[in-house]
Amino acid sequence: MTVSQTSPQKPDKGLLDKLPSVGNPVRRWWEGLGKPVKLTITIAFLIFLVILPLLNPPGISTDSAGLQFSNVLAECARTGLIALGLNVVVGLAGLLDLGYVGFFAVGAYVVALLSSPDSELALRWSWLACVPIAMVVTALSGLLLGLPTLRLRGDYLAIVTLGFGEIVRLLADNIGPLKGQTGFARVAFPVVGTSDSRPFGFFSNANNAKPFTSGLAWYWLIIVLILLMLWAVSNLEHSRVGRAWIALREDEDAAEIMGVSTFKYKLWAFAIGAAIGGLSGALMAGQVQFVNNQKFDVVTSMLFLSAVVLGGQGNKLGVLLGAFLIVYIPSRFTVIAEWKFLIFGVALIVLMLFRPQGLIPARHRLLGADLPKDATIDYEPDEEVDGVPPTNREAL
Amino acid sequence: MHITLAATTLADTWISFDTSSLIRDFWSLTTDGLTYGAIYALIAIGYTLVYGVLRLINFAHSEVFLVGMFAQYFILQALGFTPAADAYNEGVALTVVYLIVAMLIAMIASGATAVIIERVAYRPLRKRGAPPLVFLITAIGASLAIQQAFFVWRGQNPEPQIRLMTPVHVFNIFSAQIDNVQIMIVVSAVILMILADSFVNRTKFGRGIRAVAQDPTTARLMGVNPEKVIMTTFLVGGILAGAAALLYTIKIPQGIVFSGGFLLGIKAFAAAVLGGIGNLRGALLGGLLLGVSENWGQALFGGAWRDVVAFVLLIAVLMFRPSGILGESLGRARA
Repeated sequence: MTVSQTSPQKPDKGLLDKLPSVGNPVRRWWEGLGKPVKLTITIAFLIFLVILPLLNPPGISTDSAGLQFSNVLAECARTGLIALGLNVVVGLAGLLDLGYVGFFAVGAYVVALLSSPDSELALRWSWLACVPIAMVVTALSGLLLGLPTLRLRGDYLAIVTLGFGEIVRLLADNIGPLKGQTGFARVAFPVVGTSDSRPFGFFSNANNAKPFTSGLAWYWLIIVLILLMLWAVSNLEHSRVGRAWIALREDEDAAEIMGVSTFKYKLWAFAIGAAIGGLSGALMAGQVQFVNNQKFDVVTSMLFLSAVVLGGQGNKLGVLLGAFLIVYIPSRFTVIAEWKFLIFGVALIVLMLFRPQGLIPARHRLLGADLPKDATIDYEPDEEVDGVPPTNREAL
Repeated sequence: MHITLAATTLADTWISFDTSSLIRDFWSLTTDGLTYGAIYALIAIGYTLVYGVLRLINFAHSEVFLVGMFAQYFILQALGFTPAADAYNEGVALTVVYLIVAMLIAMIASGATAVIIERVAYRPLRKRGAPPLVFLITAIGASLAIQQAFFVWRGQNPEPQIRLMTPVHVFNIFSAQIDNVQIMIVVSAVILMILADSFVNRTKFGRGIRAVAQDPTTARLMGVNPEKVIMTTFLVGGILAGAAALLYTIKIPQGIVFSGGFLLGIKAFAAAVLGGIGNLRGALLGGLLLGVSENWGQALFGGAWRDVVAFVLLIAVLMFRPSGILGESLGRARA
């Protein structure tokens, strides 16, 4: 509700349109290509991503900053996974979640509790066994947060989720068995490919034997998971669930009136988003092999949100790009590491002023309607559209 | 009686349920909670006014408060005070003069910050008729930017404290010992709140604020300038946050740090919601309730759980009474 809505505002034509928009020309070029060309380019780009840490190109590599390039890329990919999960909640369902780091924390802690010898459960489970449990527990925590609060309006919901994230952090600080800052060491990791040079296999963070370091192993694993996630989320988007999400993002009241059970689908969004966050937390626990209560603060939640907003909420490739940028840039230019959040804060304001839709905006189009390219939907019931009488309108 | 809840058979106790200390210190916990609550209420008015007029949670309000904290610190340094373990205690008259000067500077700094945020971040969005989510993300961005600017400038260690006065026991209420710091905080907060309430309910400006909160379109037709009204609400909220910043720094044991505004902001917002956002008297009620519940919770469960109590209370209240205890009333107030 804004005050200056007395006259129908024209969209600002000013600086806004003079700014170069990264996404649009690229998209036009892309959509003009044929299927085989598209497929070739996609595969080539994927292969490039997969071998990128092996190439370790000077200038792009972060080795000069003293950070192993494959580790940085693994972190980029992990954040990409988080951004995908948060995008389900924020970008698709339009629910602003400011406590997303809470789910990330829950996932990491579940793995630590089940697998670390420091945990009082003393179960010493393997990493792979912990992952589904971590995802189920975080999905349940998403439901737990959502059930009482999802009836709230947008900005109130944002505050409540923020509170939830903080409560998770404070619980990790205060509950004795969660070990506070001491944390859990020797968290489990997948043991694959043990040999003399790699006594604990590829995934152990003791594995620094180049070129197949532990960072590379995790990076490849996460790429596979991201592809799976992309496939799963795009199927969701084009299903009844995805349509319901988009409906309630665009206009919750209208969706409710049209018979979309908004509360149920909001819960789904929370649970699915949370589960992806939990998976990412489990990956973090496995890769770092240590979990404590640091790094689960509100600022980290804001960072994840920046990734989604910067890339373009609602666009899967966009949020992946956003996640890559927010992790890669501070790692590559360690000079600005201290300025990182200041730059993100300013970037958020500037983005919202000039390009609220993000770098690669989501396409707004009718879902599930295979209309010809130039078709327009129109609401006059007694008019012919494209020579089709109104009675045959359904055939469109 | 002292009952210990522990999830495991461990010897270490990380949460207690200690009713004896709550009962023993009930009155001192309550009066101290009211002192904190008065500060929360002052900050909460800023949230409430802006929300009432714009339907916007001004996330950056916690940083408006932060600017006030730093402003009073620097002005005291400029007046020749240096951080020391002991308070200066320069006599009542002088101390009051210094505090009033510091408070005025903090008010000006915070008020200016609030107006600048409105000008730079929110006004262009309003002109464009942006959706609420865009406003909220902008507010988060503004909050992050200001907070981190202080981090880059002052580092992550708290500034050493400048103490102008030490708490001196004055009189008792039941078993609670009341000291001069508490009296000063509560009296100044109450005076400021009465001023704010009169401003909104009894002046021409205040009538404009209530008119815009109720119906911006009609208000504009009746000759109210909404832009001016919005500026005024940000300014008033900022000034009160600046005053609260000074009172808070006198009360707390720890020094000022870049992240110091965040938690206060969330709690003040919780206080505003608790009483009914958009409602000035609700902000007072919510602030006092939150301050007291926090203190009681701290006595019951242990110091580490203080903030958890605040967040859980916020979520619980929103679940059962989304419009707060007194409801939203800025727009429906008496003309």
